Amino acid sequence: MNKNMKILIVDDFSTMRRIVKNLLRDLGFTNTQEADDGTTALPMLQNGDFDFLVTDWNMPGMTGLDLLKRVRADERLKNLPVLMVTAEAKRDQIVAAAQAGVNGYVVKPFTAAVLKEKIDKIFERIEG
Amino acid sequence: MSGLNMNTDNSNVSREIRSLAENMLKELERGDIGRAVSLVNDLNDVRDRTLYNEIGRLTRALHEAIKNLNVDTSVGASSEIANATDKLAYVLEMTDKSANRTMDLVDAAMPLATDIQERAKRLGAQWQRFRKKELTPDEFRALSREISQFLQDSASQSQQLQGQLSDIVLAQDFQDLTGQVIHKVAALVRDVEARLVNLVLMAGTVDKITGITHTDLDSSVVAPEEGENIAAEGPQINKSSEDVVASQDDVDDLLSSLGF
Repeated sequence: MNKNMKILIVDDFSTMRRIVKNLLRDLGFTNTQEADDGTTALPMLQNGDFDFLVTDWNMPGMTGLDLLKRVRADERLKNLPVLMVTAEAKRDQIVAAAQAGVNGYVVKPFTAAVLKEKIDKIFERIEG
Repeated sequence: MSGLNMNTDNSNVSREIRSLAENMLKELERGDIGRAVSLVNDLNDVRDRTLYNEIGRLTRALHEAIKNLNVDTSVGASSEIANATDKLAYVLEMTDKSANRTMDLVDAAMPLATDIQERAKRLGAQWQRFRKKELTPDEFRALSREISQFLQDSASQSQQLQGQLSDIVLAQDFQDLTGQVIHKVAALVRDVEARLVNLVLMAGTVDKITGITHTDLDSSVVAPEEGENIAAEGPQINKSSEDVVASQDDVDDLLSSLGF
């Protein structure tokens, strides 16, 4: 796994972005950028050669699920690995995210170990 | 709160109607149609009078109830609801500040802990070499200097860590303040709910008096389409519910059942 890969963190709460950013930094990923909802994130993704997207679901403007759908519908972004980190914990919602093409799903509150495990798994699949 | 109590009035009204009706029946049996028709008019008067009285009473009660809801309709004035919104914004601000303060302190503390750990490891390795008599006199002198520097630094660094840890504890003081605010807002919500229920009861009384039925009300509530629009709901409070996952393990199980 390329520790230098460019990661976009999308969450409307700055504290949560900071937590995810710090955890990623502890895992050795330092090339991160932030956006506060899907509407800001999408143009960044379209113009910014990102390698990985970590997004919340519940956000004003464009939600994480809509962002995921837009990413999958975009010819240049459709293979971008997406990890959803969210408080949404209903079975229907997780199924919907899976159907929309999410690569990993972490429910809040979460631990550093869970985040690492999911990221490892996503890139194992992609690279393996 | 001015509740509606129409029972006493209702019984007066029904007594009045009953006596008028009985008189009318008697007049009809006696064959006096003119008297009977004028009694029908009297009956109409009773109905109209009751209706006007009740509408007047309801209007006053409704006005009172709306006033009690504390929804301010005048621009610029602050209502209880607007107050509650401000209070919740304060909770948001306090929790945000605390989270950032805590993370600032951790960011400052982490390098100190890392430094102590790395130097202790390095010195430990050198110390082992010294015990095995592998060090040259020059290396030993360097080690001795490093150890005394390390002891000095770790004393001051652990003191800093201590300060940062107690500041992290202090940064949790928002819990008390936000807790009080949330209790107040929750009480307001319960109160407003009770008042709304009262309004609904009043509306029901209006319907009863005027004889209005709302057949279209129930059908206008459209059930959300299954699976079509999955909306964000925020954290699930009741984790024991069937359709909610209880842990990350449940999420993983669900996803693996879907072929993930």
